[in-house]
Amino acid sequence: MTTDTTTPSTHTTPVLPLPTTAARAGVLTGAALALAGTFLAWTQSDAFPGNLTVTGYPGGLQVITLVGAALTLLLALSGMGIRGLGWLTPGGKNSPVRLTALGVLGTTAYAMTAISAQLGGTINLEPGAWISGTGALIAAVAAFGLPADLPADDTITGFRARFKHALKAPTPGRAKELPNSAEILIIAAAFGTGLYVFAYGIDAYSELFVGFFITTALVATALFRAGLIARLNRLTAKHRTITLTAALIAAACFPFTQTDESYALIGANILIFATVALGLNVVVGLAGLLDLGYVAFLGVGAYTAALVSGSPQSTFGIQFPFWAAVLAGAAASLIFGVLIGAPTLRLRGDYLAIVTLGFGEIFRITMNNLNGSAGPDVTNGSQGIPNIPDLELFGFNFGMPHDIAGFTLGRSGNYYLLMLLFTAVVVMVFRRSGESRIGRAWVAIREDETAATAMGINGFRVKLIAFALGATLAGFAGTVQAHVSYSITPEQYLFANTVPPNSAFLLAAVILGGMGTISGPLIGAALLYLIPAKLQFLEDFQLILFGLALILLMRFRPEGLVANKRAQLQFHENDQLDVPEQRTDTTAVGTAKAGA
Amino acid sequence: MTTMTTNTTVLEASDVTMRFGGLTAVRSVDLTVNSGEIVGLIGPNGAGKTTFFNCLTGLYVPTEGKVSYKGTVLPPKPHLVTSAGIARTFQNIRLFANMTVLENVLVGRHTRTKEGLWSALLRGPGFKKAEATSNEKAMELLEFIGLAHKADHLARNLPYGEQRKLEIARALASEPGLLLLDEPTAGMNPQETRATEELVFAIRDKGIAILVIEHDMRFIFNLCDRVAVLVQGEKLVEGTSEVVQADERVVAAYLGTPFEGAPGDEEVAEVEAAEAASATTSKEAPSTNTRTEDGQ
Repeated sequence: MTTDTTTPSTHTTPVLPLPTTAARAGVLTGAALALAGTFLAWTQSDAFPGNLTVTGYPGGLQVITLVGAALTLLLALSGMGIRGLGWLTPGGKNSPVRLTALGVLGTTAYAMTAISAQLGGTINLEPGAWISGTGALIAAVAAFGLPADLPADDTITGFRARFKHALKAPTPGRAKELPNSAEILIIAAAFGTGLYVFAYGIDAYSELFVGFFITTALVATALFRAGLIARLNRLTAKHRTITLTAALIAAACFPFTQTDESYALIGANILIFATVALGLNVVVGLAGLLDLGYVAFLGVGAYTAALVSGSPQSTFGIQFPFWAAVLAGAAASLIFGVLIGAPTLRLRGDYLAIVTLGFGEIFRITMNNLNGSAGPDVTNGSQGIPNIPDLELFGFNFGMPHDIAGFTLGRSGNYYLLMLLFTAVVVMVFRRSGESRIGRAWVAIREDETAATAMGINGFRVKLIAFALGATLAGFAGTVQAHVSYSITPEQYLFANTVPPNSAFLLAAVILGGMGTISGPLIGAALLYLIPAKLQFLEDFQLILFGLALILLMRFRPEGLVANKRAQLQFHENDQLDVPEQRTDTTAVGTAKAGA
Repeated sequence: MTTMTTNTTVLEASDVTMRFGGLTAVRSVDLTVNSGEIVGLIGPNGAGKTTFFNCLTGLYVPTEGKVSYKGTVLPPKPHLVTSAGIARTFQNIRLFANMTVLENVLVGRHTRTKEGLWSALLRGPGFKKAEATSNEKAMELLEFIGLAHKADHLARNLPYGEQRKLEIARALASEPGLLLLDEPTAGMNPQETRATEELVFAIRDKGIAILVIEHDMRFIFNLCDRVAVLVQGEKLVEGTSEVVQADERVVAAYLGTPFEGAPGDEEVAEVEAAEAASATTSKEAPSTNTRTEDGQ
């Protein structure tokens, strides 16, 4: 917001000059129409996936439109001050309505375009689609006739600036004190909803996923503007252990929601990717060391585990118990981490990035060459190590489906749960090391290495610990990855590829999600895994779209999706009120003295 | 050459020379700081004060000479110097801007705590106790400099004067025997300068010796028991405030020579003679030169 000192006249004039009552009526009718439309058929042919042909029973994209429209209605009613709904909008009143209305419009518009494009012309659209579409359009237009949430001054002119301003909202005030049990219930409900949405997204086919993604992104922003996310953050910060437990339980419930084995496998792979991203977050997010070859440490762990897994193609031909394989994998990664880190961490800045980039490639090429012809036969070269046997722990065979409490848990589900345990360990390591003497030293080194050493921190040693810990965590996760994916080949550990995990995607997950946070890399990894997996029709454009998305994100939200407090303040300077700019500018004095 | 007192010597720098390629930034400077003393280091811009500081704290390895702290020669590594007992602040504030005020001070306690990665991961009783003690001591220090109420603010959000204070608190957290302050009042208004003066006296009263670089003459002459003047990398004079203030060469070094054709040719000649004695002959016999100048 721009606080004004010169012009006292502020106003909340909407972007579109409509009377407020008319705008409200428009939003309500529009949303209601869009909602009603979902109960009618949108097309006659069931060639379009999701069965949109039945009247009275919404399916596929209709369901998403229905949910979006219902939320728009609720938020609009809450903004009007209807009793009992006030809790929905403690922050912004009208900007959430605008965002959800846009989400509904985006989804219906996408659905109508997709139906027309796939089935050949708008003739395939049934009246239901037109009703929903018109309703969504009316709601979105009318929503911009609602007054702005923040007072604007005369400096905000032009349509674009006013449009952006209309989407902003004030931060909510302090919430009413609730009894502890109610707060815990709210947290549980939030994680339950999160699990449901996540499971829905994983199950979705391409067309549905696009609609799902449009709606979720805008609804999430709407909830943020409405102040609900801020309220929830306050609760989770208050009950941290309960939050972690709830997150763990919600995550553990995931495989039980999946009937299809392939979706559970997506879940397991997301967990592997997310765990490695969290390990990278120690190196990049806390210690500020740019590691561009991190996936190699995952590879070291996976290869070690594969070699001692008892696979018939393994040149070692031995079978370690799983716990020993995990220790061996983590130890091998640790050794490589120290070997790479020790010579390079004495240097500052970009050198490390270049060396780690090189190491990542060297690892892959070495694994390729240890094939018996170019070098000694250890890894079977590009053939990799196939037929890695399934794990069996305490008589529980991970390769077999098991019936647990009436649910059948397939192979991927089993591995998902095992990986979840590993993720929990990595989360704990990250949290505990971050909030300690060593964690503070990492952040201090990241902030100002000269000052940190002047405070008695042995920069090299502390950086080496971060680097080695990061490597160990990746190797740790790699040991499970070897078993989940049956076989490992050098080509799984590229710098950049369309399939995560690879070094570029790992780094992207950390930065996209939010450096230095726990939930950031987890969310970032989930998104970066799901989007390419669901939008396979984009094949050739995947990487370019990915690059574009990263550029846009860095432009508009440099601190990542989940910002920690520090980063938020670091990148959005206008939140600072009490720093006199000119006097902190000591650089002028500094440069004048630099010649001394 | 040095004023010998009954106090124990905390810092002894002897014959410290620092060369960057062909440039000699600091030339055979001797300096001692005794316990309970506040020593000032002044000099015009570019005199080599900060370079000398960096030599003391291990940020630079002096080309020649040695620095010892309480009788032991200091290793040329900043973190070892700090753990030996010398803490410093920076001329251009170098706080950990995106850490909170409390965290900044806790980082300062790094050398006085031992908990490594394993104890952080296992969180045994020892770890919790150490963290609690650290927190307590850090809060005491914040109380001491008057920033306790802002413990949870980000360092970057503090006003300038408080950032300077926080830097001092962070340095004090390492429980030093000697505190090096690099221009602690740069950019401060007279009230803030006076407050800093009080703070420095309070730190001295805690039994910590202080070496301070400063441009504010009133501040330095009020504060210091002894003042050394550095000009073009060499120590010109050392002595009490009165001695230094009365020295003509110091005045000349600060104010420069009068412009050509100005009235008072005699004075000009005097100043030139003084400068010639101090600066130009230094190539031939630097050490004898300083020694003769310093005899008091």
